[in-house]
Amino acid sequence: MIIAEQKTMEEIQNMVAPYHRILLVGCGTCTTFCSAGGAEQVDSLAEALVSENKEMFIERTTIPRQCAERFIDRLEEKIGNHEAILSMGCGNGVQAVASRFPDKPVLPVLNTQFIGVEKEPGVWTENCQACGDCILWRTGGVRPVTRCAKGLLNGPCGGASEGKCEVSRDRPCAWQEIYYALKRLDLLHYLKEKPQVKDWPLHPGRVVREDLREVEAT
Amino acid sequence: MSFKEALESGKFLVTAEVGPGKGTDVEHLLKDAEIIKDRVDAVNVTDLQSSVMRLGSMAVCHLLKDMGIDPIYQVTCRDRNRLALQADLLSGWVLGIRNMLALTGDHPTLGDHPQAKPVFDLDSVTLLEAASKLNSGVDMAGKELKGAPDFLCGAVVNPGADNEAALDLQLIKMEKKMEAGAKFFQTQAVYDLDIFEKFMKRVEGFGAKVLGGVILLKSVGMARYMNKNVAGVFVPEPLIEEMKASEDKAQASMNIAVRLIKGMKDLCDGVHIMAMGWESKIPPILDEGGI
Repeated sequence: MIIAEQKTMEEIQNMVAPYHRILLVGCGTCTTFCSAGGAEQVDSLAEALVSENKEMFIERTTIPRQCAERFIDRLEEKIGNHEAILSMGCGNGVQAVASRFPDKPVLPVLNTQFIGVEKEPGVWTENCQACGDCILWRTGGVRPVTRCAKGLLNGPCGGASEGKCEVSRDRPCAWQEIYYALKRLDLLHYLKEKPQVKDWPLHPGRVVREDLREVEAT
Repeated sequence: MSFKEALESGKFLVTAEVGPGKGTDVEHLLKDAEIIKDRVDAVNVTDLQSSVMRLGSMAVCHLLKDMGIDPIYQVTCRDRNRLALQADLLSGWVLGIRNMLALTGDHPTLGDHPQAKPVFDLDSVTLLEAASKLNSGVDMAGKELKGAPDFLCGAVVNPGADNEAALDLQLIKMEKKMEAGAKFFQTQAVYDLDIFEKFMKRVEGFGAKVLGGVILLKSVGMARYMNKNVAGVFVPEPLIEEMKASEDKAQASMNIAVRLIKGMKDLCDGVHIMAMGWESKIPPILDEGGI
C-alpha cells in the first residue's frame, strides 16, 4: 500500500489560512490502513483546525478511494460553496481530485512517502519503487533497487558492517538479505549471472492495455 | 615505467593515494605527491572521498601527470549517471590519465551534503564494463567512438568483510569485476595478516593482481574509530596496545606498517599505502620494508 504521513499542523494551517469553508476528504484505502488519512484522522484534523479557528467551517467526508473517478464523483453534491478541498489521500488521490474539480484549490494534508508495508505497529518500511521491471525472482524476494540504499544491482558495496547498511545501523544490508534468501532457496547461482544495467522507465509513466481499451466504432 | 608496465613486469607494486581538499589550494597536496613521486608506481586520486564536496579527481590526476606521476583516476558512481561517467572517462584520457579505479562510492548521507540526490545509475561492475567498452571503441549504447581510450582498469575489494555472507558476496563481486575488465585490485586496509592470507588463498585462482591496503595508524583514537566506523577494517588489540605503549607514535605506526608490508610481500602483488597526510613517512617505510 501507499504509506503517507500527515504534514505539520503549522503547514496545514498555512495552506488553509485563506479559506473559511472547506471540504475535508478522507480516503478509505491506503491512507486509512496507514492511519494517516482515514475517517478517524478526518475527525481529529477537523476538530484541531476548528479549535484553532472558530470561524472555519469544515464539512467532513471519506470516500473509499480518491484515485477512482466513480468515488470522486460522490464529492460533486458536497462541493457546494466550499472554497477549497482538503485531501487526506496520497499524492495520487490529491491529483485525481484536483483534475476532477479544476475550479477549486485542492490542498494535500499528507506527505506521500512510499509503497511499503507495516513492519510492526507504528513502523512502515519501503519495499518497492515501481521501477517497471521486476527482478524479485532472482533476488530471493528482496528488492535491491529499493532496499539497498544505493539501489545496487550487482552485489553489495563495501560499506556494510555487521550486516547493517552504511547509511544507518537500523537498516539491514539488502544484499546480505538477498544472499541468505537465495542460499535458503538454493539459488545462490543467480548472484553470479551477467551484470545488469537498469533501463530506467520514462516518467510520467503510462500503461496502455489495448485489450482493455474501448475501440471506437469505425 | 608506467603503472601498466610495472604491473605487467611482475615487480612488487607500490601505490599511494592523495585526497584533494575542499577548495582550490593544491600546494600541500602537490608537495605530498612530490615526496613520494620516485618511490611509487602510481598514485590514486580520491573522488570526493567520504561524500564530502572537494576539488575533483580528474583535475588533480592531470596535475600529477604533469609532475611525472602516473595517476590512478578514482571514479565513483555516486554523483554521475552513465552519460557523465563515460564522458569523464574520455575527458580523463585526453588529459593524459591512463588508469582508472571503479568504485561504488559512499552514500551522500555520510558526507557534508547529505540531502544530495544519490545517482548510482551504474555500479562498480557496470562502470568497469562501460570503461572496457570505451576501450574497445564503442560506448554503452553501442555507438562507435572516433578515437578510443585504452584504460588500465582496477577495482577494490574488502578482504576483511566481517561475516560469511559479506565475504562470499565480496568474492562473487570481485569475479564479476574481473570479467568486466578489472586487471588489478586494491584492498581495504589490512591489519591482520592471517585474515589477509586466508583471503588471498580464496582468490588464488582468480589471476588478478592484488595490492594489499595499508593505512598508517596515526593514533590509538584513530584505530578505535576505524574499528567502530569503517566497514571491514579491524585493528587487532595487540597493535592498539603497541601504539599505546609507544612514546613515539609515528615510529610505532611506521614499525607496524613495515611489518605489514614485509608480510604482504609473500602474499600478494603489491601494497597500496594510504598515508593521509603522513606521506613523508612513506619513503622510510619502504626503505625499512626493503622495497
